[in-house]
Amino acid sequence: MSAISKTSDSARVRATGSIRVALIGCNHRTAPVELRERVAFTTEQALDAAKQLRSRGILEEAVVVSTCNRSELYGVPGDASPSVADAMEDFLTSYHRIPRGELAGRTYRWLGTDAIRHLYRVAAGLDSMLLGEAEILGQVRAAYSRALEHGATGPILNRVFQGALEVGKRVRAETEVAARPMSVSLAGVKLAERVFGSLKGRSALILGAGEVAEQVVEHLRNRGIGNLCVVNRSFDRARHLAERMGGEAVAWDSLETVLSSPDIIVTSIGDIGSVLTRDKFVRALAARDGRPVFVVDLGVPRNIAADVAGLYNLYLYNVDDLGEIVEQNKRAREAEIPRAETIIAEHVAKFENWRAALEATSIIDDLRGRFSAEREALLRERLAAMHGISPEERERLSKITEDLIERLLQEPTTRLRNGRGVPGHLSVIEALRRVFGLDREEQGRESE
Amino acid sequence: MLNHTAYLALVLYAASFCCYAWILYAPHLWLGRFATLLLAGGIIAHYYALLERTYGTHTIPYDDLFGSMSLFAWLLAVTYLGLELIHRQRTVGAFVTLLVAVWVAAVSSFAPRELPPPPPARGPLFAFHVTLNTWAYAAFALSFVLSVIYIVQDGFLRSRRPSAAFWRFPALDVLDRMSRSSVYVGLGALAVGVVSGFVWEHRLSGTYALGDPKVIVTLAIVAVYVAYLLLSRTATWRGARAARICALNFAVVLFSYTIVNLYLTRFHRFF
Repeated sequence: MSAISKTSDSARVRATGSIRVALIGCNHRTAPVELRERVAFTTEQALDAAKQLRSRGILEEAVVVSTCNRSELYGVPGDASPSVADAMEDFLTSYHRIPRGELAGRTYRWLGTDAIRHLYRVAAGLDSMLLGEAEILGQVRAAYSRALEHGATGPILNRVFQGALEVGKRVRAETEVAARPMSVSLAGVKLAERVFGSLKGRSALILGAGEVAEQVVEHLRNRGIGNLCVVNRSFDRARHLAERMGGEAVAWDSLETVLSSPDIIVTSIGDIGSVLTRDKFVRALAARDGRPVFVVDLGVPRNIAADVAGLYNLYLYNVDDLGEIVEQNKRAREAEIPRAETIIAEHVAKFENWRAALEATSIIDDLRGRFSAEREALLRERLAAMHGISPEERERLSKITEDLIERLLQEPTTRLRNGRGVPGHLSVIEALRRVFGLDREEQGRESE
Repeated sequence: MLNHTAYLALVLYAASFCCYAWILYAPHLWLGRFATLLLAGGIIAHYYALLERTYGTHTIPYDDLFGSMSLFAWLLAVTYLGLELIHRQRTVGAFVTLLVAVWVAAVSSFAPRELPPPPPARGPLFAFHVTLNTWAYAAFALSFVLSVIYIVQDGFLRSRRPSAAFWRFPALDVLDRMSRSSVYVGLGALAVGVVSGFVWEHRLSGTYALGDPKVIVTLAIVAVYVAYLLLSRTATWRGARAARICALNFAVVLFSYTIVNLYLTRFHRFF
């Protein structure tokens, strides 16, 4: 987060108009992979698209979030009318040269609070294919950081995305949505952590060099495992995996000699049956002075004899045990959704308060400007016809009318500022804009 | 132990327990830190409560059952806080603070309003001896809690059907290290405490009361905990079996603290 500076200076925020965030996108729920890959953005494309969205005047601030499961355009439109979503969709289709009809019904569009809530849900991992997955928060952070570095964001999107990153972190820290392992390989590694604590410096033996073994090795490497030994019937495959993962390949015949050193043993050999019997483990445990060993048997049929499970200080899990744990964890994650939604609602409300405070300041400034302009016009008009008034009296009249405006604005200013966070406060501000015709004024200024 | 600071300590311990229990249910970094702060606050308030009692009785509060219980609870809280800071592990906090809070509540509820009369002056070495021995008991109590959690965690792992709590408790290795750290603290405190007791007694009477049941049971405590430390490194006993020994050893501590102190000893019958 070091590159991301927190923007809290409300003075930088555009002091006129209603603040709206618009979103258009498609994800794994709305579009098949064939379509998703066609609307995906590379890193360069995402920056270029954000630039174009701004230069074409569709958005004032823009961030493109594109992962394998979603492509989303977030922005702050100059014009907050619903047609902005059409303009964004037009841009999306034209950018990727896709006939517009192909995206019909495959996209979602959100404006205002709904767009923010959606982003917060995305950052929290609630909108992911795998509930609570960890990668999405990093992807959102990366997309935002790049947009920030290239000047594509402004105070509003900065606030929105910083809020999203905070939500992502809080949901992961305070709920179990992302806490428990959701894959068999990760469940095995997490269970090993329940025995050894940190896996840093521990040793592991991988029996088999297939895809599952590779996944386990990757998880172990990510956790700083020390020695890694790979044993496979095909020595070349073992060596290949060991070389890639920074381990050591051992010949199949030497399996028993290396069995006593690892703290973690993972087996995933198919069509071989029980390779490791109770006797072999009894000898291995004796050789390692009874230190605990965690064994994961991912082979089908099982590579480790069932009676090994009864050995003291040996914890054995097979693929069914891990599958059951993954299912349990999935249910536990789903049960955490309401708590994650509460955190999201809290942050959406926080954003709305910030927006209300800004808009309150903005409308007060606008009203003051509007009244001052009317006052000056009126004074010019009336004083032109009053010839007997001295310059001092003119000055006094000007001061009195100025004070009158300040006095008239005093109470509304206090009420608007005190009303932050009160439900309906934003609609009061919007109503005031309409009543005093300030919305028309903005449009006029923008068209100029 | 009926002063206001004691009640404040009880409230802070209870609040700390609530926070620790909550983070066990729903992990929350700041709430965890807050729980630690509340515990630290409880320890400070409890310290002043003990100090107040010390002024009232003109001695460190070990001379009567309730004062001694209060000192024990305070030392337990201090030892746990130290271990928490060293091992950066808060999930055990709920159990320890519950024990401390119940202990302090019991003292607050059952202690008579009047403070006991000041005991005969025995000097600072004697106070040092008793405080260190009480600290040792507190450390052993902590190792008991950690060992019980170890046994439960080991059971979850063996059953291959871990519950929700399983994922929140510390790893077996961490529990084992915490438990052993606690026993080291206990043994260290007990060794220095016993030696200072002998020195004090020798200065006073020129003899050593080696035949006193309290001394015999204390030596037995040292023996069983040393045995635990040695066995926990052997192939046959390390792990859950060692944790069971550690948990059972606490029965000897309880025996020493209650039965021996109340009925068997002659020299150590302070209350």
